[in-house]
Amino acid sequence: MTNAIEAEGLVKRFGKTTALDGVDLAVPGGKILGMLGPNGAGKTTAVRILATLLRPDAGWARVAGYDVVKQSTQVRSLVGLTGQYASLDEDLSATENLVLLGRLLGLSKPQAKIRAAELLARFELTDAAKRSIKTFSGGMRRRADLAASLVGRPDVLYLDEPTTGLDPHSRNEVWDTVRTLVDDGVTVLLTTQYLDEADQLADLITVVDHGRIIATGRPDELKRHTGGQTLQVRPTLQVDMDATAAILADLTGTKPLRDDDTGLLTAPVADPMLLSAVVRRLDDAGITADELALRLPSLDEVFLSLTGRKSSSDTDAARVPERSNA
Amino acid sequence: MTAATVAAPRHTVITRRGPIDALRDSLVLAGRNIVKIRKNPETLLDVTLQPILFLFMFVYLFGGAIAGDTHAYLQMLMPGLMVQNIAFASLGTGTALNTDITKGVFDRFRSMPIARSAPLVGAVLGDIVRYLVAMAVLVITAVILGFRVHTDPGSFLLVIALMVVFGLCLCWVSVFVGMLVKSPQAVPGVLVAFIMPLTFGSNVFAPTSSMPGWLQGWVKINPVTQLTDAARGLLNGGPWADHAAYAFLWALAIAVVFFPLAFRAYRRRVG
Repeated sequence: MTNAIEAEGLVKRFGKTTALDGVDLAVPGGKILGMLGPNGAGKTTAVRILATLLRPDAGWARVAGYDVVKQSTQVRSLVGLTGQYASLDEDLSATENLVLLGRLLGLSKPQAKIRAAELLARFELTDAAKRSIKTFSGGMRRRADLAASLVGRPDVLYLDEPTTGLDPHSRNEVWDTVRTLVDDGVTVLLTTQYLDEADQLADLITVVDHGRIIATGRPDELKRHTGGQTLQVRPTLQVDMDATAAILADLTGTKPLRDDDTGLLTAPVADPMLLSAVVRRLDDAGITADELALRLPSLDEVFLSLTGRKSSSDTDAARVPERSNA
Repeated sequence: MTAATVAAPRHTVITRRGPIDALRDSLVLAGRNIVKIRKNPETLLDVTLQPILFLFMFVYLFGGAIAGDTHAYLQMLMPGLMVQNIAFASLGTGTALNTDITKGVFDRFRSMPIARSAPLVGAVLGDIVRYLVAMAVLVITAVILGFRVHTDPGSFLLVIALMVVFGLCLCWVSVFVGMLVKSPQAVPGVLVAFIMPLTFGSNVFAPTSSMPGWLQGWVKINPVTQLTDAARGLLNGGPWADHAAYAFLWALAIAVVFFPLAFRAYRRRVG
Protein backbone atom coordinates (compact mmCIF):
# COMPACT_ATOMS: atom_id res chain seq x y z
CA MET A 1 0.00 0.00 0.00
CA THR A 2 1.20 3.46 -0.84
CA ASN A 3 2.05 5.79 1.98
CA ALA A 4 0.27 9.14 1.96
CA ILE A 5 2.76 10.58 4.41
CA GLU A 6 6.39 9.54 4.53
CA ALA A 7 9.27 11.06 6.41
CA GLU A 8 12.78 10.04 7.21
CA GLY A 9 15.28 11.47 9.65
CA LEU A 10 13.44 14.73 10.29
CA VAL A 11 15.47 17.07 12.45
CA LYS A 12 14.46 20.53 13.59
CA ARG A 13 16.32 22.76 16.01
CA PHE A 14 15.22 26.05 17.53
CA GLY A 15 18.37 27.65 18.87
CA LYS A 16 19.78 25.17 21.36
CA THR A 17 16.58 23.17 21.63
CA THR A 18 16.23 20.13 19.41
CA ALA A 19 12.51 19.83 18.75
CA LEU A 20 12.81 16.89 16.38
CA ASP A 21 15.72 14.51 16.57
CA GLY A 22 15.44 12.15 13.62
CA VAL A 23 11.79 11.28 13.12
CA ASP A 24 10.63 8.66 10.60
CA LEU A 25 6.99 8.36 9.66
CA ALA A 26 4.96 6.24 7.28
CA VAL A 27 1.19 6.61 7.11
CA PRO A 28 -0.69 4.47 4.59
CA GLY A 29 -3.38 6.26 2.56
CA GLY A 30 -6.78 6.40 4.24
CA LYS A 31 -5.47 5.58 7.71
CA ILE A 32 -5.29 7.57 10.92
CA LEU A 33 -1.92 7.94 12.55
CA GLY A 34 -2.09 9.04 16.17
CA MET A 35 1.01 10.87 17.28
CA LEU A 36 1.06 10.62 21.01
CA GLY A 37 3.31 12.51 23.33
CA PRO A 38 3.50 14.99 26.17
CA ASN A 39 3.78 18.74 25.76
CA GLY A 40 7.03 19.69 24.08
CA ALA A 41 7.61 16.25 22.59
CA GLY A 42 7.85 17.71 19.07
CA LYS A 43 4.41 16.78 17.76
CA THR A 44 3.48 20.26 16.59
CA THR A 45 6.89 20.78 15.01
CA ALA A 46 6.42 17.59 13.01
CA VAL A 47 2.98 18.70 11.85
CA ARG A 48 4.26 22.14 10.88
CA ILE A 49 6.99 20.57 8.77
CA LEU A 50 4.53 18.22 7.08
CA ALA A 51 2.21 21.18 6.43
CA THR A 52 5.09 23.14 4.82
CA LEU A 53 5.04 25.80 7.55
CA LEU A 54 8.54 24.92 8.71
CA ARG A 55 11.59 23.62 6.89
CA PRO A 56 13.38 20.67 8.44
CA ASP A 57 17.06 21.14 9.26
CA ALA A 58 17.73 17.60 8.10
CA GLY A 59 15.79 14.68 6.68
CA TRP A 60 12.97 14.72 4.18
CA ALA A 61 9.22 14.35 4.11
CA ARG A 62 6.80 13.60 1.32
CA VAL A 63 3.05 14.03 1.26
CA ALA A 64 1.27 12.12 -1.49
CA GLY A 65 4.67 11.75 -3.06
CA TYR A 66 5.47 15.47 -3.07
CA ASP A 67 8.46 16.80 -1.21
CA VAL A 68 7.35 19.25 1.50
CA VAL A 69 10.27 21.59 0.82
CA LYS A 70 10.77 21.43 -2.94
CA GLN A 71 7.13 20.95 -3.92
CA SER A 72 5.45 22.89 -1.16
CA THR A 73 2.74 24.33 -3.40
CA GLN A 74 1.64 20.85 -4.47
CA VAL A 75 1.66 19.69 -0.87
CA ARG A 76 -0.41 22.70 0.20
CA SER A 77 -3.01 21.95 -2.42
CA LEU A 78 -3.49 18.47 -0.92
CA VAL A 79 -3.43 19.04 2.82
CA GLY A 80 -5.76 20.52 5.39
CA LEU A 81 -4.58 21.78 8.74
CA THR A 82 -6.45 22.17 12.00
CA GLY A 83 -4.82 22.96 15.24
CA GLN A 84 -3.42 25.23 17.83
CA TYR A 85 -1.69 27.27 15.17
CA ALA A 86 -3.90 27.46 12.14
CA SER A 87 -6.96 29.33 13.21
CA LEU A 88 -9.87 31.30 11.89
CA ASP A 89 -10.38 35.04 11.85
CA GLU A 90 -12.29 35.76 15.05
CA ASP A 91 -13.84 38.94 13.69
CA LEU A 92 -15.44 37.19 10.76
CA SER A 93 -18.46 34.92 10.82
CA ALA A 94 -18.16 31.19 10.20
CA THR A 95 -19.53 31.63 6.69
CA GLU A 96 -17.24 34.54 5.89
CA ASN A 97 -14.23 32.55 7.05
CA LEU A 98 -15.10 29.52 4.96
CA VAL A 99 -16.00 31.58 1.89
CA LEU A 100 -12.68 33.41 2.18
CA LEU A 101 -10.80 30.10 2.29
CA GLY A 102 -12.84 28.76 -0.63
CA ARG A 103 -12.02 31.86 -2.67
CA LEU A 104 -8.33 31.46 -1.87
CA LEU A 105 -8.58 27.87 -3.05
CA GLY A 106 -9.80 29.09 -6.41
CA LEU A 107 -13.57 28.68 -6.05
CA SER A 108 -15.85 31.35 -7.46
CA LYS A 109 -17.89 33.32 -4.96
CA PRO A 110 -21.11 31.31 -5.51
CA GLN A 111 -19.18 28.02 -5.39
CA ALA A 112 -17.42 29.09 -2.21
CA LYS A 113 -20.75 29.96 -0.61
CA ILE A 114 -22.24 26.59 -1.52
CA ARG A 115 -19.20 24.79 -0.15
CA ALA A 116 -19.31 26.83 3.07
CA ALA A 117 -23.00 26.09 3.59
CA GLU A 118 -22.38 22.37 2.93
CA LEU A 119 -19.62 22.16 5.51
CA LEU A 120 -21.45 24.23 8.12
CA ALA A 121 -24.47 21.96 7.74
CA ARG A 122 -22.27 18.89 8.11
CA PHE A 123 -20.76 20.25 11.31
CA GLU A 124 -24.14 21.41 12.64
CA LEU A 125 -23.13 25.04 12.58
CA THR A 126 -25.79 26.30 10.20
CA ASP A 127 -27.61 28.15 12.96
CA ALA A 128 -24.41 29.90 14.00
CA ALA A 129 -23.19 30.53 10.46
CA LYS A 130 -23.62 34.29 10.67
CA ARG A 131 -22.13 34.75 14.10
CA SER A 132 -18.54 35.85 14.44
CA ILE A 133 -16.15 33.14 15.56
CA LYS A 134 -15.28 34.94 18.77
CA THR A 135 -18.80 34.23 20.08
CA PHE A 136 -18.37 30.47 19.55
CA SER A 137 -17.97 27.98 22.39
CA GLY A 138 -14.83 25.84 22.46
CA GLY A 139 -16.54 22.88 20.83
CA MET A 140 -18.19 24.97 18.10
CA ARG A 141 -14.90 26.61 17.39
CA ARG A 142 -13.13 23.31 16.98
CA ARG A 143 -15.87 22.16 14.61
CA ALA A 144 -15.51 25.37 12.64
CA ASP A 145 -11.75 24.81 12.51
CA LEU A 146 -12.33 21.32 11.19
CA ALA A 147 -14.77 22.64 8.60
CA ALA A 148 -12.20 25.21 7.52
CA SER A 149 -9.54 22.59 6.98
CA LEU A 150 -11.91 20.62 4.74
CA VAL A 151 -12.88 23.43 2.35
CA GLY A 152 -10.29 22.28 -0.17
CA ARG A 153 -11.30 18.60 0.11
CA PRO A 154 -7.85 17.61 1.35
CA ASP A 155 -6.41 14.15 0.81
CA VAL A 156 -4.32 14.49 3.92
CA LEU A 157 -5.50 16.15 7.08
CA TYR A 158 -3.44 17.22 10.07
CA LEU A 159 -5.26 17.55 13.35
CA ASP A 160 -3.01 19.10 15.92
CA GLU A 161 -4.49 18.37 19.33
CA PRO A 162 -8.04 18.70 18.06
CA THR A 163 -9.72 18.12 21.42
CA THR A 164 -7.34 19.76 23.88
CA GLY A 165 -9.39 21.83 26.29
CA LEU A 166 -12.75 20.44 25.17
CA ASP A 167 -15.38 18.97 27.46
CA PRO A 168 -16.12 15.24 27.01
CA HIS A 169 -19.28 15.90 24.99
CA SER A 170 -17.53 18.16 22.48
CA ARG A 171 -14.65 15.74 22.35
CA ASN A 172 -16.97 12.94 21.33
CA GLU A 173 -18.41 15.13 18.60
CA VAL A 174 -14.96 15.81 17.20
CA TRP A 175 -14.15 12.10 17.35
CA ASP A 176 -17.27 11.21 15.42
CA THR A 177 -16.33 13.72 12.77
CA VAL A 178 -12.82 12.37 12.43
CA ARG A 179 -14.21 8.87 11.93
CA THR A 180 -16.48 10.03 9.12
CA LEU A 181 -13.52 11.71 7.40
CA VAL A 182 -11.67 8.45 7.17
CA ASP A 183 -14.75 6.91 5.62
CA ASP A 184 -14.24 9.48 2.86
CA GLY A 185 -10.72 8.15 2.28
CA VAL A 186 -8.85 11.01 3.92
CA THR A 187 -5.51 10.22 5.53
CA VAL A 188 -5.29 11.75 8.98
CA LEU A 189 -2.33 12.58 11.15
CA LEU A 190 -3.59 13.37 14.61
CA THR A 191 -1.47 14.60 17.47
CA THR A 192 -2.73 14.19 20.97
CA GLN A 193 -1.78 14.14 24.61
CA TYR A 194 -4.76 11.95 25.34
CA LEU A 195 -4.08 8.28 25.24
CA ASP A 196 -7.71 7.30 24.98
CA GLU A 197 -8.06 9.63 22.00
CA ALA A 198 -5.31 7.84 20.10
CA ASP A 199 -6.76 4.50 21.17
CA GLN A 200 -10.25 5.49 20.03
CA LEU A 201 -9.33 6.93 16.66
CA ALA A 202 -5.98 5.78 15.40
CA ASP A 203 -5.13 2.81 13.21
CA LEU A 204 -1.50 3.34 14.06
CA ILE A 205 0.06 5.03 17.04
CA THR A 206 3.46 6.64 17.17
CA VAL A 207 4.68 7.58 20.61
CA VAL A 208 6.96 10.62 20.59
CA ASP A 209 9.10 11.98 23.35
CA HIS A 210 11.93 14.51 23.19
CA GLY A 211 11.71 14.74 19.43
CA ARG A 212 12.16 11.01 18.94
CA ILE A 213 9.84 8.20 18.13
CA ILE A 214 10.00 5.69 20.92
CA ALA A 215 7.39 3.24 19.69
CA THR A 216 5.12 2.66 16.72
CA GLY A 217 2.41 0.14 16.18
CA ARG A 218 -1.29 -0.67 16.17
CA PRO A 219 -2.95 0.24 19.47
CA ASP A 220 -3.37 -3.38 20.53
CA GLU A 221 0.18 -4.25 19.49
CA LEU A 222 1.52 -1.43 21.56
CA LYS A 223 -0.51 -2.46 24.52
CA ARG A 224 0.58 -6.08 24.22
CA HIS A 225 4.14 -4.99 23.68
CA THR A 226 4.27 -3.31 27.04
CA GLY A 227 2.49 -5.67 29.35
CA GLY A 228 0.01 -8.42 29.96
CA GLN A 229 -3.72 -8.26 30.35
CA THR A 230 -5.84 -7.43 33.34
CA LEU A 231 -8.95 -9.17 34.59
CA GLN A 232 -11.59 -7.00 36.16
CA VAL A 233 -14.51 -8.35 38.15
CA ARG A 234 -17.21 -6.42 39.95
CA PRO A 235 -19.48 -8.72 42.02
CA THR A 236 -23.10 -7.62 42.15
CA LEU A 237 -23.22 -7.98 45.92
CA GLN A 238 -20.65 -6.40 48.17
CA VAL A 239 -20.71 -9.49 50.44
CA ASP A 240 -19.32 -11.61 47.60
CA MET A 241 -16.12 -9.54 47.43
CA ASP A 242 -14.14 -11.89 49.66
CA ALA A 243 -15.26 -15.08 47.92
CA THR A 244 -14.58 -13.54 44.49
CA ALA A 245 -11.16 -12.35 45.59
CA ALA A 246 -10.36 -15.86 46.78
CA ILE A 247 -11.38 -17.38 43.43
CA LEU A 248 -9.26 -14.85 41.52
CA ALA A 249 -6.29 -15.43 43.79
CA ASP A 250 -6.63 -19.14 43.30
CA LEU A 251 -6.81 -18.97 39.50
CA THR A 252 -4.30 -16.22 38.75
CA GLY A 253 -1.87 -17.05 41.52
CA THR A 254 -1.73 -13.44 42.72
CA LYS A 255 -3.77 -11.55 45.25
CA PRO A 256 -6.16 -9.28 43.32
CA LEU A 257 -6.18 -5.53 43.74
CA ARG A 258 -9.26 -4.64 45.71
CA ASP A 259 -11.17 -1.37 45.58
CA ASP A 260 -14.02 -1.42 48.09
CA ASP A 261 -15.33 1.97 46.97
CA THR A 262 -16.04 0.85 43.43
CA GLY A 263 -16.41 -2.82 44.31
CA LEU A 264 -13.87 -3.71 41.65
CA LEU A 265 -11.32 -6.50 41.81
CA THR A 266 -8.37 -6.40 39.43
CA ALA A 267 -5.80 -9.08 38.79
CA PRO A 268 -3.06 -9.53 36.19
CA VAL A 269 -3.62 -12.42 33.83
CA ALA A 270 -1.01 -14.21 31.77
CA ASP A 271 -3.33 -16.56 29.89
CA PRO A 272 -6.50 -15.13 28.32
CA MET A 273 -8.09 -18.62 28.52
CA LEU A 274 -8.46 -18.02 32.24
CA LEU A 275 -11.56 -15.92 31.63
CA SER A 276 -13.81 -18.92 31.03
CA ALA A 277 -12.45 -20.65 34.15
CA VAL A 278 -13.28 -17.57 36.20
CA VAL A 279 -16.81 -17.54 34.79
CA ARG A 280 -17.31 -21.21 35.65
CA ARG A 281 -16.00 -20.88 39.20
CA LEU A 282 -18.13 -17.80 39.92
CA ASP A 283 -21.14 -19.62 38.54
CA ASP A 284 -20.43 -22.66 40.73
CA ALA A 285 -20.21 -20.42 43.78
CA GLY A 286 -23.49 -18.71 42.84
CA ILE A 287 -21.85 -15.32 42.53
CA THR A 288 -23.17 -12.92 39.91
CA ALA A 289 -21.04 -10.12 38.55
CA ASP A 290 -22.02 -6.71 37.13
CA GLU A 291 -18.75 -6.48 35.32
CA LEU A 292 -16.40 -9.14 34.13
CA ALA A 293 -13.79 -8.16 31.62
CA LEU A 294 -10.39 -8.92 30.32
CA ARG A 295 -8.73 -5.72 29.24
CA LEU A 296 -5.44 -4.64 27.76
CA PRO A 297 -3.44 -2.18 29.81
CA SER A 298 -4.53 1.39 29.17
CA LEU A 299 -2.40 3.54 26.94
CA ASP A 300 -1.57 5.53 30.05
CA GLU A 301 0.17 2.49 31.40
CA VAL A 302 1.78 1.86 28.03
CA PHE A 303 3.00 5.39 27.80
CA LEU A 304 4.45 5.37 31.26
CA SER A 305 6.24 2.13 30.68
CA LEU A 306 7.68 3.48 27.41
CA THR A 307 8.76 6.92 28.50
CA GLY A 308 9.48 6.50 32.17
CA ARG A 309 7.77 8.34 34.93
CA LYS A 310 8.41 11.97 34.17
CA SER A 311 8.41 11.94 30.42
CA SER A 312 8.54 15.66 29.68
CA SER A 313 11.57 16.43 31.82
CA ASP A 314 13.36 13.11 31.51
CA THR A 315 16.49 13.18 29.39
CA ASP A 316 17.63 9.68 30.15
CA ALA A 317 17.41 7.86 26.84
CA ALA A 318 18.82 4.60 28.19
CA ARG A 319 15.44 3.39 29.37
CA VAL A 320 13.78 4.01 26.03
CA PRO A 321 12.90 0.64 24.54
CA GLU A 322 13.66 -0.34 21.00
CA ARG A 323 11.41 0.94 18.32
CA SER A 324 8.99 -1.71 17.17
CA ASN A 325 7.85 -1.92 13.60
CA ALA A 326 4.23 -1.77 12.65
CA MET B 1 4.80 7.45 -6.94
CA THR B 2 2.34 10.08 -7.99
CA ALA B 3 -0.63 11.70 -6.35
CA ALA B 4 -2.96 9.56 -8.42
CA THR B 5 -2.01 6.48 -6.44
CA VAL B 6 -3.16 7.98 -3.16
CA ALA B 7 -6.83 7.75 -2.33
CA ALA B 8 -7.92 9.18 -5.69
CA PRO B 9 -7.53 12.95 -5.31
CA ARG B 10 -10.75 14.79 -5.89
CA HIS B 11 -9.17 18.04 -6.99
CA THR B 12 -6.31 19.34 -9.04
CA VAL B 13 -2.84 19.50 -7.64
CA ILE B 14 -1.61 23.06 -7.90
CA THR B 15 1.99 23.25 -8.98
CA ARG B 16 2.72 26.96 -8.95
CA ARG B 17 1.18 30.37 -8.44
CA GLY B 18 2.01 32.94 -11.11
CA PRO B 19 1.82 36.73 -10.80
CA ILE B 20 -1.85 36.82 -11.85
CA ASP B 21 -2.78 34.23 -9.22
CA ALA B 22 -0.76 36.22 -6.69
CA LEU B 23 -2.74 39.35 -7.52
CA ARG B 24 -6.02 37.47 -7.22
CA ASP B 25 -5.00 35.95 -3.87
CA SER B 26 -3.94 39.38 -2.62
CA LEU B 27 -7.23 40.97 -3.67
CA VAL B 28 -9.26 38.23 -1.95
CA LEU B 29 -7.28 38.83 1.23
CA ALA B 30 -7.63 42.60 0.89
CA GLY B 31 -11.38 41.95 0.69
CA ARG B 32 -11.14 40.20 4.06
CA ASN B 33 -9.64 43.31 5.65
CA ILE B 34 -12.41 45.44 4.18
CA VAL B 35 -15.08 43.13 5.61
CA LYS B 36 -13.34 43.42 8.97
CA ILE B 37 -13.50 47.20 8.84
CA ARG B 38 -17.20 47.02 8.05
CA LYS B 39 -17.85 44.63 10.93
CA ASN B 40 -15.66 46.41 13.47
CA PRO B 41 -15.88 50.10 12.69
CA GLU B 42 -14.40 50.83 16.11
CA THR B 43 -11.01 49.73 14.78
CA LEU B 44 -11.11 52.94 12.76
CA LEU B 45 -11.38 55.13 15.87
CA ASP B 46 -7.66 55.85 15.93
CA VAL B 47 -7.74 57.25 12.42
CA THR B 48 -11.07 59.06 12.76
CA LEU B 49 -11.54 60.31 16.30
CA GLN B 50 -7.95 61.39 16.84
CA PRO B 51 -7.74 63.70 13.80
CA ILE B 52 -11.11 65.22 14.68
CA LEU B 53 -9.83 65.96 18.18
CA PHE B 54 -6.65 67.41 16.72
CA LEU B 55 -8.70 69.54 14.39
CA PHE B 56 -10.78 71.03 17.18
CA MET B 57 -7.92 71.35 19.59
CA PHE B 58 -5.49 73.06 17.28
CA VAL B 59 -7.96 75.25 15.44
CA TYR B 60 -9.74 76.63 18.47
CA LEU B 61 -7.08 76.31 21.13
CA PHE B 62 -3.96 77.37 19.29
CA GLY B 63 -5.28 78.70 15.98
CA GLY B 64 -5.81 82.25 17.20
CA ALA B 65 -2.38 82.36 18.78
CA ILE B 66 -0.53 80.84 15.84
CA ALA B 67 -2.28 82.44 12.87
CA GLY B 68 -4.19 85.27 14.52
CA ASP B 69 -7.43 83.90 13.13
CA THR B 70 -8.98 80.45 13.59
CA HIS B 71 -10.41 80.28 10.08
CA ALA B 72 -7.12 81.15 8.41
CA TYR B 73 -5.45 78.59 10.63
CA LEU B 74 -7.97 75.92 9.63
CA GLN B 75 -7.14 76.48 5.94
CA MET B 76 -3.44 76.13 6.73
CA LEU B 77 -3.74 73.24 9.20
CA MET B 78 -6.14 70.97 7.32
CA PRO B 79 -3.77 69.83 4.52
CA GLY B 80 -1.10 69.07 7.12
CA LEU B 81 -3.52 67.15 9.30
CA MET B 82 -4.33 64.96 6.29
CA VAL B 83 -0.65 64.03 6.12
CA GLN B 84 -0.47 63.37 9.84
CA ASN B 85 -3.60 61.29 9.63
CA ILE B 86 -2.15 59.12 6.87
CA ALA B 87 1.06 58.66 8.84
CA PHE B 88 -0.89 57.47 11.87
CA ALA B 89 -3.18 55.31 9.77
CA SER B 90 -0.15 53.50 8.35
CA LEU B 91 0.70 52.34 11.89
CA GLY B 92 -2.32 50.06 11.86
CA THR B 93 -0.93 47.77 9.16
CA GLY B 94 1.82 46.35 11.35
CA THR B 95 -0.51 45.87 14.31
CA ALA B 96 -3.07 44.00 12.22
CA LEU B 97 -0.43 41.74 10.66
CA ASN B 98 1.13 40.98 14.01
CA THR B 99 -2.31 40.03 15.33
CA ASP B 100 -2.86 37.67 12.39
CA ILE B 101 0.48 36.00 12.99
CA THR B 102 0.14 35.61 16.75
CA LYS B 103 -3.43 34.33 16.44
CA GLY B 104 -2.50 31.74 13.83
CA VAL B 105 -4.60 33.16 10.99
CA PHE B 106 -1.45 33.50 8.90
CA ASP B 107 -0.55 29.86 9.36
CA ARG B 108 -3.90 28.89 7.98
CA PHE B 109 -3.22 30.98 4.88
CA ARG B 110 0.31 29.70 4.57
CA SER B 111 -0.83 26.10 4.68
CA MET B 112 -2.89 26.81 1.56
CA PRO B 113 -1.71 26.85 -2.05
CA ILE B 114 -1.70 30.63 -2.39
CA ALA B 115 1.06 33.04 -3.39
CA ARG B 116 3.58 33.48 -0.58
CA SER B 117 3.42 37.25 -0.71
CA ALA B 118 -0.39 37.43 -0.84
CA PRO B 119 -1.17 37.73 2.88
CA LEU B 120 1.26 40.62 3.18
CA VAL B 121 0.30 42.41 -0.02
CA GLY B 122 -3.41 41.79 0.65
CA ALA B 123 -3.22 43.40 4.07
CA VAL B 124 -1.50 46.46 2.65
CA LEU B 125 -3.97 46.81 -0.22
CA GLY B 126 -6.90 46.46 2.19
CA ASP B 127 -5.49 49.38 4.12
CA ILE B 128 -6.22 51.73 1.23
CA VAL B 129 -9.83 51.57 2.36
CA ARG B 130 -8.80 52.56 5.88
CA TYR B 131 -6.86 55.50 4.50
CA LEU B 132 -9.81 56.66 2.41
CA VAL B 133 -12.24 56.41 5.32
CA ALA B 134 -9.83 58.32 7.54
CA MET B 135 -9.46 61.04 4.88
CA ALA B 136 -13.19 61.28 4.30
CA VAL B 137 -13.98 61.71 8.01
CA LEU B 138 -11.34 64.39 8.38
CA VAL B 139 -12.37 66.31 5.26
CA ILE B 140 -16.07 66.25 6.14
CA THR B 141 -15.39 67.48 9.68
CA ALA B 142 -13.14 70.24 8.38
CA VAL B 143 -15.72 71.33 5.82
CA ILE B 144 -18.34 71.53 8.55
CA LEU B 145 -15.96 73.77 10.50
CA GLY B 146 -15.58 76.03 7.48
CA PHE B 147 -12.71 74.59 5.49
CA ARG B 148 -13.03 75.12 1.73
CA VAL B 149 -11.08 73.84 -1.27
CA HIS B 150 -10.05 76.98 -3.15
CA THR B 151 -8.90 75.19 -6.28
CA ASP B 152 -10.74 72.47 -8.20
CA PRO B 153 -12.00 68.89 -7.63
CA GLY B 154 -9.13 67.50 -9.72
CA SER B 155 -6.58 69.03 -7.37
CA PHE B 156 -8.48 67.67 -4.40
CA LEU B 157 -8.45 64.15 -5.85
CA LEU B 158 -4.75 64.51 -6.57
CA VAL B 159 -4.18 65.35 -2.89
CA ILE B 160 -6.07 62.22 -1.84
CA ALA B 161 -4.04 60.14 -4.31
CA LEU B 162 -0.78 61.60 -2.96
CA MET B 163 -1.85 60.79 0.58
CA VAL B 164 -2.70 57.18 -0.26
CA VAL B 165 0.61 56.67 -2.08
CA PHE B 166 2.45 58.19 0.86
CA GLY B 167 0.57 55.92 3.27
CA LEU B 168 1.26 52.84 1.15
CA CYS B 169 4.99 53.57 1.19
CA LEU B 170 5.14 54.50 4.87
CA CYS B 171 3.19 51.41 5.98
CA TRP B 172 6.16 49.16 5.19
CA VAL B 173 7.91 50.67 8.20
CA SER B 174 4.93 49.56 10.25
CA VAL B 175 4.93 46.11 8.63
CA PHE B 176 8.65 45.77 9.40
CA VAL B 177 8.10 46.63 13.06
CA GLY B 178 5.04 44.38 13.16
CA MET B 179 7.21 41.44 12.09
CA LEU B 180 9.88 42.15 14.70
CA VAL B 181 7.92 42.68 17.90
CA LYS B 182 6.27 39.86 19.82
CA SER B 183 2.80 41.20 20.53
CA PRO B 184 0.44 43.39 18.51
CA GLN B 185 0.17 45.89 21.37
CA ALA B 186 3.87 46.69 21.08
CA VAL B 187 3.62 47.91 17.48
CA PRO B 188 2.12 51.39 18.05
CA GLY B 189 4.43 51.96 21.01
CA VAL B 190 7.54 51.48 18.90
CA LEU B 191 6.17 53.38 15.94
CA VAL B 192 4.99 56.45 17.80
CA ALA B 193 8.65 57.20 18.51
CA PHE B 194 9.12 57.28 14.76
CA ILE B 195 5.89 59.02 13.74
CA MET B 196 5.92 61.80 16.37
CA PRO B 197 9.14 63.54 15.23
CA LEU B 198 8.04 63.00 11.66
CA THR B 199 4.63 64.63 11.99
CA PHE B 200 5.24 67.21 14.73
CA GLY B 201 8.73 68.11 13.54
CA SER B 202 7.16 69.63 10.46
CA ASN B 203 5.31 72.73 9.31
CA VAL B 204 1.91 71.07 9.85
CA PHE B 205 1.06 73.05 12.99
CA ALA B 206 3.30 76.12 12.87
CA PRO B 207 5.19 78.00 10.16
CA THR B 208 8.81 76.90 9.72
CA SER B 209 10.06 80.48 10.05
CA SER B 210 8.86 80.60 13.67
CA MET B 211 11.23 77.78 14.68
CA PRO B 212 14.87 77.90 15.82
CA GLY B 213 17.46 77.34 13.10
CA TRP B 214 18.47 73.80 14.10
CA LEU B 215 14.88 72.65 13.96
CA GLN B 216 14.26 74.40 10.64
CA GLY B 217 17.02 72.25 9.16
CA TRP B 218 15.06 69.08 9.91
CA VAL B 219 11.64 70.54 9.21
CA LYS B 220 12.65 71.64 5.73
CA ILE B 221 13.82 68.21 4.60
CA ASN B 222 11.03 66.32 6.40
CA PRO B 223 8.79 64.55 3.85
CA VAL B 224 5.75 65.48 5.96
CA THR B 225 6.59 69.17 5.42
CA GLN B 226 7.01 68.63 1.71
CA LEU B 227 3.75 66.74 1.37
CA THR B 228 1.97 69.34 3.50
CA ASP B 229 3.26 72.11 1.22
CA ALA B 230 2.12 70.16 -1.83
CA ALA B 231 -1.35 69.67 -0.33
CA ARG B 232 -1.60 73.34 0.67
CA GLY B 233 -0.68 74.38 -2.85
CA LEU B 234 -3.21 71.99 -4.35
CA LEU B 235 -6.07 72.89 -1.98
CA ASN B 236 -5.46 76.57 -1.22
CA GLY B 237 -3.76 77.56 -4.46
CA GLY B 238 -0.03 78.00 -4.93
CA PRO B 239 3.03 76.06 -6.10
CA TRP B 240 2.90 72.34 -5.36
CA ALA B 241 4.63 70.29 -8.05
CA ASP B 242 8.18 70.50 -6.63
CA HIS B 243 6.96 69.71 -3.13
CA ALA B 244 4.91 66.80 -4.39
CA ALA B 245 7.87 65.41 -6.34
CA TYR B 246 10.13 65.76 -3.32
CA ALA B 247 7.62 64.08 -1.03
CA PHE B 248 7.08 61.32 -3.57
CA LEU B 249 10.80 60.63 -3.81
CA TRP B 250 10.98 60.46 -0.04
CA ALA B 251 8.07 58.03 0.08
CA LEU B 252 9.69 55.93 -2.61
CA ALA B 253 12.98 55.88 -0.72
CA ILE B 254 11.20 54.73 2.45
CA ALA B 255 9.47 51.98 0.51
CA VAL B 256 12.69 50.90 -1.22
CA VAL B 257 14.42 50.54 2.12
CA PHE B 258 11.61 49.10 4.21
CA PHE B 259 9.80 46.85 1.73
CA PRO B 260 12.73 44.40 1.46
CA LEU B 261 13.40 44.67 5.20
CA ALA B 262 9.75 43.97 5.97
CA PHE B 263 9.60 41.11 3.51
CA ARG B 264 12.73 39.52 4.90
CA ALA B 265 11.46 39.89 8.46
CA TYR B 266 8.15 38.37 7.34
CA ARG B 267 9.83 35.31 5.86
CA ARG B 268 11.97 34.92 8.94
CA ARG B 269 9.03 35.33 11.29
CA VAL B 270 6.69 32.93 9.62
CA GLY B 271 9.39 30.41 8.68
